[in-house]
Amino acid sequence: MAALLSLAAVNVSGNLERLGAASGFGFLWHRAGFAIEQHLIPYSEDSTYFRAFVVAVLNTLVLAVVALVIATVIGFCVGLGRRSSNGLVHGVATAYVETLRNIPLLLQLFFWYFAMLRPLPAPRQSISLFGIAFLSNRGLVLPAPVAEPGFGSVLLALGIGVLLALIVTRSLAQRRARTGSAPKAWPLALALVLGLPLLTAIATAFPLHWEIPHLQGFNFQGGMTVLPEFVAMALALSLYSASYVAEIVRAGLDAVPRGQIEAARALGLKSGTISAKITIPQALRVIVPPLGNEYLRLLRNTTLAAAIAYSDLTQVFGGTVLNQTAQALEVMAMVAGTYLVINAAVSALLNWYNRRVAWVQR
Amino acid sequence: MKTSWRAFAIGALLTLVATAAHAATLDDVKQRGKLVCGTAPNIPGYAYVDDKGVTRGFDIEFCHALAAAVLGDPSKIETKPLLPRDAFAALQNGGVDILTHRFTWTFAREAGSGMSFVVVYIYDGQGFMVRKSSGVKSVLELNGASICIGQGTTTELNIADYFHSHNMTYQLVSFADLDEARRAYESGRCDAWSNDRGSLAARGSVLQNRNDHVILPETISKEPIAPMVRKNDPAWEDIARWTFFALIDAEEDGITQANVDDLKKNSPNPEVKRILGVTDEMGGKLGLSNDWAYNAIKAVGNYGEIYDRYIGKEGLGLDRGPNRLWKDGGLLYAPPFR
Repeated sequence: MAALLSLAAVNVSGNLERLGAASGFGFLWHRAGFAIEQHLIPYSEDSTYFRAFVVAVLNTLVLAVVALVIATVIGFCVGLGRRSSNGLVHGVATAYVETLRNIPLLLQLFFWYFAMLRPLPAPRQSISLFGIAFLSNRGLVLPAPVAEPGFGSVLLALGIGVLLALIVTRSLAQRRARTGSAPKAWPLALALVLGLPLLTAIATAFPLHWEIPHLQGFNFQGGMTVLPEFVAMALALSLYSASYVAEIVRAGLDAVPRGQIEAARALGLKSGTISAKITIPQALRVIVPPLGNEYLRLLRNTTLAAAIAYSDLTQVFGGTVLNQTAQALEVMAMVAGTYLVINAAVSALLNWYNRRVAWVQR
Repeated sequence: MKTSWRAFAIGALLTLVATAAHAATLDDVKQRGKLVCGTAPNIPGYAYVDDKGVTRGFDIEFCHALAAAVLGDPSKIETKPLLPRDAFAALQNGGVDILTHRFTWTFAREAGSGMSFVVVYIYDGQGFMVRKSSGVKSVLELNGASICIGQGTTTELNIADYFHSHNMTYQLVSFADLDEARRAYESGRCDAWSNDRGSLAARGSVLQNRNDHVILPETISKEPIAPMVRKNDPAWEDIARWTFFALIDAEEDGITQANVDDLKKNSPNPEVKRILGVTDEMGGKLGLSNDWAYNAIKAVGNYGEIYDRYIGKEGLGLDRGPNRLWKDGGLLYAPPFR
């Protein structure tokens, strides 16, 4: 197999040479020259292609994480709704699932994007939210936090607080295991996590101020902007995936035999206890593996972003950079490789979690 | 299971090997019996599907002309609509014989890319469209504006350079599909919409209220549009280049689709005789028949006729501007057939 692969590599490079095409990854350190509107790290036209790559990967990840969380929350609610004995709730949940999972995602994407842009006003007529945030067809402009000197120490205090809270929780759990009784851990942990940074902030006279956006010329200056492209992507992806998550959740709950729940009721267990100790642990075993597949699918679906101008990895790197450098092989290999790494990492994480909740055979 | 996977791997490798050397494009085209052209996905005037389902347009006519020159039959073409970002790979790996797309000739796209530009067949430049209601009269008033564009084009870099050199800021919203860029601009997402002026006119023709929009006077870039071929086949490049030159020289020498038969029989002009293959046997030097250029002109007419049919007075109604012959004050200047 290795021989075949190396044969392929030699062949490809030979072909490129015959075509007279430059190869290699040297272009990554050249000036990119184009702008990316949404960048989580500093980026300008003078940045390198590699920085553009990092910006694009971060944009993909932030979109995936936001969509994943929303999809999970909505999916669980709708999944529970599908099992509801209330006719209205059940009907709405069923209609949701059947509508959203039967319309192609790309169409939903265009729908949300243009449905959102059309009714929103131009920046000059934007909807003001208490005079500090503004909604227009350029996006939602929010006040941006600006760190002042000393903010680092607050972050440090937060880190120490979290660390101490973990240690305290652990040692109290161990004491309870040993002696059978110990004080509750969470009040102390909460005090550590919130209290330490708060005290530091007071000591350093709150080293953070908010930059309020203001209208200037065509658009808002200052603040931070949630772009309509991002909102449309997150909405479409999460609502679409939620319809699948809902079915997975319903299947998981249905898989728990009703006899067990009836038996638990007969023993006089409260319904909360039944859910926590009987239904959910068994349902999770059924839910987690297909849920993992759905998460991976959502991640791959983020590549549709190019259709509505959201600057994700495919749009920036597989689109603009590929066209500027004409180094199709290197660019596509990087894009594909990155998706592979991200998906493999998520997959590994889910497998680990699955082993934790899986049925332990004795 | 294992064997079939291995068979698949070997198959995949063979495909890699097979798409390797495309040195003799002419032989491939002749053997296949048709010419495969990569074109823009959908743009009025240049490459579009008409109401009868036929793909037509300025770019397509050049594909027809080349097929007529090489195969003697202009109908033997296959057009592959390609997004800008996919087009280079399609040419490089042999998926198409030529890109009669709308690509701008730039340094980076030629040097070290394994591809060559054949000849400039449209001189264009990047412009901006804005809503009349915005009151904007010049690109210099677009400081801070949102601009909708199609990505994977020179558009992004031109805007970056122009705004940078004039110390202005901007917000780019770049779409994979150029029509989505227009739609987003129309929905109010952007203050301006930028593209080559020819494309703005072409795609702008489908705006709902075209009269509410105006193309600003500035042209911020040079956009020499040229077909592309693979660099490793100079013989094929010569064929494409001289077929297109023949269409330009035909206009200069007054050869039209209508009079080409008459001129072939009766013209006393030595260059007309050479172009139409009456004397000098030029086609043979390209590996083609001697009536190659005659076939091309007979099929689609001369450059001016093609322009008028799709972009000029019978088409989009655009002025010929720099796309006039050099002797009429334009930039079109083809070397002599000699």
